[in-house]
Amino acid sequence: MKELKVTPIKDGTVIDHITPGHALKVLHVLKVPESTFSVVSILMNVNGKKGKKDIVKIENRELDPKELDKIALIAPKATINIIRDYEVVKKHKVELPKEVIGLTKCSNPTCISNAREPVESRFQVINRDPLRIRCYYCEREPEDIAAGII
Amino acid sequence: MPMNFKHRDIISIKDFSKEEIEYILEYAKHMVPYAKAEKHTTLLNQQILATLFFEPSTRTRLSFESAMHRLGGSVIGFADPSGTSLKKGESLADTIRMADSYSDAIVIRHPQEGAARLAAEFSEVPILNGGDGAGQHPTQCLLDLFTILTEKKKIKGNNVVLLGDLKYGRTVHSLAYALSLFKANLTFVSPETLKMPKEVINECKEFGVEPVSTSNLEKAIKEADVLYATRIQKERFPDAEEYNRVVGSYKVDNALLQQAKQDLIVMHPLPRIVEIHSEVDSTAHAVYFKQAFNGLPVRMALLSLILGGKKI
Ligand SMILES: Nc1ncnc2c1ncn2[C@@H]1O[C@H](COP(=O)(O)OP(=O)(O)O)[C@@H](O)[C@H]1O
Ligand SMILES: [Mg+2]
Ligand SMILES: [Zn+2]
Repeated sequence: MKELKVTPIKDGTVIDHITPGHALKVLHVLKVPESTFSVVSILMNVNGKKGKKDIVKIENRELDPKELDKIALIAPKATINIIRDYEVVKKHKVELPKEVIGLTKCSNPTCISNAREPVESRFQVINRDPLRIRCYYCEREPEDIAAGII
Repeated sequence: MPMNFKHRDIISIKDFSKEEIEYILEYAKHMVPYAKAEKHTTLLNQQILATLFFEPSTRTRLSFESAMHRLGGSVIGFADPSGTSLKKGESLADTIRMADSYSDAIVIRHPQEGAARLAAEFSEVPILNGGDGAGQHPTQCLLDLFTILTEKKKIKGNNVVLLGDLKYGRTVHSLAYALSLFKANLTFVSPETLKMPKEVINECKEFGVEPVSTSNLEKAIKEADVLYATRIQKERFPDAEEYNRVVGSYKVDNALLQQAKQDLIVMHPLPRIVEIHSEVDSTAHAVYFKQAFNGLPVRMALLSLILGGKKI
């Protein structure tokens, strides 16, 4: 039997395996709801096969998997499922780029990237699991990456 | 491997391989007679170094300026940002664009971490980091390595004790990294509240070095070949009493050095306040003034390599 604790949608996008508690941050990064009129449903702390997770469903809208890689920073295990006529027709695992630019602030208050300079924040991904990123400018590693999301 | 330093930025010691560091240190040895004005050169004749000090410094600025003059070049810049357009709110990026068009290389000291890295993005000419807040100070690290190398003939295998404020001390983090790269043995001595950060210890371990952390200086000193003392700032302590207790227990004096090896060298990035008793100055252990001098040949080597491109 299909694992379907969520109400089925006919067409749209399901973001699955979001780090529990991070669904709202994921939506924030995707600029939802500002950028969409679609019906969006959020499930938090759902029991999945591999422990707790959050799920987001966006109806009648197919998000571009490339754009979705941005959420890898806060939900590195997320999968993107494109739903057409109730079926999953495309599945994409988010992938973290080597460098993360302009997505999360440096947690070091005296880092030059937090000053009034014409640069975006910039981090190198030094480890994927557990996720570790290092500021290109001050060389420090933020502990709570999600907290810095711009 | 051919070494090419021409036009390279000097931002962080981590940007350099072990071989590159060795090359710089060897070249610095060659610079010593020029630094002492026993030999003369006009290698950087007609070249201009800009020294932008957004935060005060004595040794770093003077030795960079002296290095440039000794190489036949000239220097422009400021020693303190008051009176510059920075006070009017100009961005660092704009200040750098301006200095870039007036010079062939730029030394920057700035109170914020990452400032030198940012400067390099806006500059065509090479940037030399003279210290960015609590961040990097690569030329200090190189002169520290140079001092150990010239005093001990090698870096590998020495028992190096890093003493003092290991939590906030800017020089000790990159030094611990670099010493691990060269496979020195490390002991970290600090008060409980000023211990070496976990990330730095992990970096050492990545090079196969297992640093020992302790608060007991008397024990650590016995096997040491190098004692690197740093300043403990009063501001780090909740009250004067606690500060005095800690500073008292980490004071380097002749009584302590009696328990050390004959050929132990004592280093300090200076300025020292009370960490090293002045009675130590006249002993063979004291190399901190020589260490300060070593800033000159090391900075001369860097300037020649990135600006000259050819050797003298
Ligand atoms: N029609 C649908 N409406 C809403 N959610 C769906 C639909 N089809 C599948 N899903 C959800 O999309 C995610 C991926 O589905 P599926 O590929 O079947 O599972 P899995 O990735 O766990 O193997 C799951 O969270 C599933 O509940
Ligand atoms: Mg599933
Ligand atoms: Zn930073």
